[in-house]
Amino acid sequence: MTPSIVPNFGSENSDRKLAIICSKGNLDMAYPGLILANAALGEGVDTMIFFTFWGFDMITKSRMNDLQFSPAGNTAMHLPGHDMHIPQAMMPAPGMTAVATHMLKKQIAELDVPEVPDFLDQIVAAGGHLWACRMSADMNHLTMNELRDDVEGIISASDFIEMTDGAQLLFI
Amino acid sequence: MPVVEIAGKKIDVNEEGFLTQYDQWSEEIAKELAKQIDITLTDAHWNIIKFMRDDFKVRGESATSRRVQTVGGVPIKEQFALFPKKPAKKMAYIAGLPKPKGCV
Repeated sequence: MTPSIVPNFGSENSDRKLAIICSKGNLDMAYPGLILANAALGEGVDTMIFFTFWGFDMITKSRMNDLQFSPAGNTAMHLPGHDMHIPQAMMPAPGMTAVATHMLKKQIAELDVPEVPDFLDQIVAAGGHLWACRMSADMNHLTMNELRDDVEGIISASDFIEMTDGAQLLFI
Repeated sequence: MPVVEIAGKKIDVNEEGFLTQYDQWSEEIAKELAKQIDITLTDAHWNIIKFMRDDFKVRGESATSRRVQTVGGVPIKEQFALFPKKPAKKMAYIAGLPKPKGCV
């Protein structure tokens, strides 16, 4: 018989940090950052997310519930469960974005993966930190009032770089 | 796969130490597993562990943190307070279940 085997859950004082820059506002491109942030937090990694450019829509109250997915320009897009492509020429057809968004939301919900605002709630509850980009806020004439209440501040790129000293970094 | 002695019983575990046989688990074993990772079990811990056990029995896979919140009714924040740093893995470990497979 082997002596007791205890899983290695890492050191309580691990100082691993992850910084994720979310720069896209399409529904499909909002998820990779959120899934990785959530996974990192669940592994005890201190995680900070910086929302910039189109990624700003993920934390803007009036837009965060309405992120969309368009198959236009995405040559990897096929019908769900099939290898068949829809010709790119058809993608800009009226209603195509709405249909594709609806289908993607349904597929995500089937996996019990939350919608973007709920997902950010979960990330904050798990100890994640949300920061907004100063330049994006200025360009869009947005202030803290228009952003999720749990966004910790609107900061410059230099502030974010300084704050994430020693962190691993992902740009999405 | 290794066999180890926990709370006086011979128990099958995988190479990381997670139990591999659902029916070999007992509350005595859970207490021992928790002690090994410096957790003292309170009623709040037991509530989650029992949910994990029941849920696995029905679904055949370990609940993720998200599921413990949405179905089990225990907020994520509380899970982190009870099972620090890596709640999903620690909850599954003490409940004698495999690591959760789900990404979210």
